[in-house]
Amino acid sequence: MSKNPPNYISTTNACKLCTPLGACLAFKGIEGAVPYLHGSQGCATYMRRYIISHYNEPIDIASSSLSEKNAIYGGGPNLKLGLVNVTRKYNPKLIGIATTCLTETIGDDVGRYLHEFHRETVGTMPIMVRVATPSYNGTHMEGFHAAVTAVVEQLAEGGEVVPGKINLLPGFISPADKRYLSEILDDFGLDATILPDLSDTMDGPATSKYDKIQPGGTPLAAIATMGRASATIEFGRTINDKSGGAVLARKHGVERLVVGTPIGIEESDVFFAALSSLSGRPIPEKHVQERGRLVDSYIDCHKYVFGKKAIIYGEEDLVVALTAFLAEIGVVPVLCASGGKSGKLAAAIRDVTGDILAEQPQVFEGMDFFDISELAETLAPDLLVGHSKGYPLARKLEIPLIRVGFPIHDRMGGQRILHLGYRGTQALFDQVVNAFLAKKQSDSSVGYSYM
Amino acid sequence: MEALLAERHEQIHRTGEQPFTLVCNKDSLAGAVSQRACVFCGSRVVLYPIADALHLVHGPIGCAVYTWDIRGALSSGPELHRLSFSTDLQERDVIFGGEEKLYRALIELIDRHSPKGAFVYSTCIVGIIGDDLEAVCRRVEAEKGIPVIPVQSEGFKGNKRAGYTAACNAMARIIGTGDTAGISPYSINILGDFNLAGEIWMIRAYFERMGVQVVANITGDGRIADLARAHGAALNVVQCSGSTMDLAKIMEERYAIPSIRVSYFGIEDMAQSLYDVADHFGDAEMLAKTRQLVKEELARIVPQLQKYKKALAGKKAAIYVGGSFKAFSLVKAFRLLDMQVVMVGSQTGTEQEYRELAEITDPGTIIVDDANPLELTSFLEEKEVDILVGGVKERPIAYKLGVGFCDHNHERKEALAGFQGMLNFAEEVYSSVMSPVWRFKGRV
Repeated sequence: MSKNPPNYISTTNACKLCTPLGACLAFKGIEGAVPYLHGSQGCATYMRRYIISHYNEPIDIASSSLSEKNAIYGGGPNLKLGLVNVTRKYNPKLIGIATTCLTETIGDDVGRYLHEFHRETVGTMPIMVRVATPSYNGTHMEGFHAAVTAVVEQLAEGGEVVPGKINLLPGFISPADKRYLSEILDDFGLDATILPDLSDTMDGPATSKYDKIQPGGTPLAAIATMGRASATIEFGRTINDKSGGAVLARKHGVERLVVGTPIGIEESDVFFAALSSLSGRPIPEKHVQERGRLVDSYIDCHKYVFGKKAIIYGEEDLVVALTAFLAEIGVVPVLCASGGKSGKLAAAIRDVTGDILAEQPQVFEGMDFFDISELAETLAPDLLVGHSKGYPLARKLEIPLIRVGFPIHDRMGGQRILHLGYRGTQALFDQVVNAFLAKKQSDSSVGYSYM
Repeated sequence: MEALLAERHEQIHRTGEQPFTLVCNKDSLAGAVSQRACVFCGSRVVLYPIADALHLVHGPIGCAVYTWDIRGALSSGPELHRLSFSTDLQERDVIFGGEEKLYRALIELIDRHSPKGAFVYSTCIVGIIGDDLEAVCRRVEAEKGIPVIPVQSEGFKGNKRAGYTAACNAMARIIGTGDTAGISPYSINILGDFNLAGEIWMIRAYFERMGVQVVANITGDGRIADLARAHGAALNVVQCSGSTMDLAKIMEERYAIPSIRVSYFGIEDMAQSLYDVADHFGDAEMLAKTRQLVKEELARIVPQLQKYKKALAGKKAAIYVGGSFKAFSLVKAFRLLDMQVVMVGSQTGTEQEYRELAEITDPGTIIVDDANPLELTSFLEEKEVDILVGGVKERPIAYKLGVGFCDHNHERKEALAGFQGMLNFAEEVYSSVMSPVWRFKGRV
């Protein structure tokens, strides 16, 4: 098997999004926040459309709407005007300002502009958090993590440790995942600050009036106390030491526990064990039962999935977690691909599958869907696991696509996909098994209505 | 009104409540959360449906990835337009320049896909780092023997309209390079239809039934070779005047091809469009065929519309679309359904268009340029609207307010043009307005 990644100059059908999009999503998960892009108008509009098509929820992203003149003379005046207008219209508690490739390239010094602005507007403006997100550097995940880091860097305060309080930085998860995490943490009796929290802001109920800023998000008061937590749990085996958890450890001495995004039994066990240790409580019976049912279903269905070959693509930490899950049920991951370039993907996958897989899958960073399709031709996969943008490949190969992560643009309810923990794994597992069964059934000339 | 910033007042008008004044085509206000996109977006939407061209976005990944296969623009043949190509500029390209990467990417992609032409879109950053797109495109064109056209679409250099102009300028470089032999004197180019859900096929079929030859689709189901000989057509029939009117003007100057403006939305405008083309050619037989066509189509459509009309009469509609030309047709289409239009707005309308809208709408109708979510929300609430017509970005605004929605933007997969399109439109509106789910509104 070739271990050389495709190496093309051009990118076709990218398997990543741009940095500021990730930052906007992270900011959207903070109480009373409006994401703001310092750049030209198009970026905000494009990202809104892209995000809305997944969540089916409003997301207002403000923009400096820079024109040619601003690009030449600097975007400072427009930034300030934009911030004033957003404040007047939305009355936000926080404005999360992300830069774009335009403003990074013209060399706008947002820090200085904001410093001047604070002097000019003492006490009248909301909290402003800024993050540098040039889109020529990294993917939406770097933007997401950078925004989280910026928030804790700029807002978390130190002080005496609050007993029983922990931080959870789950990365980019679904609203359904976040609600489930909260339930788990409650069951352990832990007072956790989960940052960010998109569960209400991007999956809100129908209301009788329109909220300018959707309620929910991580409370600002909770963010302020993050420096006083006893520990921070961070999800993601490919995150780096510039993460929010790393900042909290460095600045405030908060213990940092990095665990894999908990999908599958092995990775979920690690997470539950960490909670058990932090809370000093055994795993609550409810979750023990859920784990038990999951093992039971693994056994019931093991033959239907054994030896099937899967291609997994998307954000690196999600790919690692999904690969861990697929490997432990007997599916053979043949290609793990991401548009991201952490440099850690292959090692992370080896760490979670080394004791199960006889041979490591091909693992490549910096992939696009042209590369993935080309590799797929020789791999004869039975299954694709990833977001909606893999659909053309699944269609070409006539194999099922298990839709996970972001974006889900060709199905409803992307925000309600549960991926994490025993419960999320159960949902994914049933989908995977049933996808194989459905395929076998529809390909069959007999068409049995029982197995 | 709380939702309205002072700077925005002059971009909103209420029919009959004061003499008409409305400021438009100005840069979006910083921080106002405009529904508009950028110059690049304008160019990309216009050129996108040209199906045998390579569309390479020169810039960081975002601009390309957010425009990957987002339109419902169908092709009867090649589907190169559905792929998203980018140079995916990285930090070192920004520092050292992206020309060499662009050159190599173009060569690689042309070798791989053998397109009939290539459009190279400039993005914000390219405008700043100063890559010479013209030079790179010339070099590749000479080597590969296909037109390689730079599109000057740096996002910050104006609004979406500037992008339309850039797209028209790009197409104008291809027009005139092909052979026009064998083109009928009764021939047209269709400008400003993008073949969403196969609409241009319907429209072409109407023209063919009239005895009119269609030379080039610009740009729905478009082809480079058709563009190259488009200057051989006798008439440009221009819909969506915002996006392709500039091209019609260029063709009038260079090739003395006259143009007429049409709309294919709604029975009235669709029929008028066909009659206008027939009148232009002044051929009695063609006119007779046109009458026959309209008669047949109406005989088929009108009875089927009655059910919708009955159910929808008196319901209130709001319209917020990209270009205001469409708004005219929609106002008439809603009238045909006995519905009341209470708000009309667009991202890129002209003063003249808004003035005309003010003339044809009922007193009290809100007319708005470059609106934003909070304004739209306040208008929908104030007017107690039953359905909003707009695009994806407007949809959650409507739904959160418990208001119905009809997608009339370029992402839609339903054909809303032509006679059949009026019926589809009525059904779309009906299926939203009449849904039983609204009974839960206010009970949450």
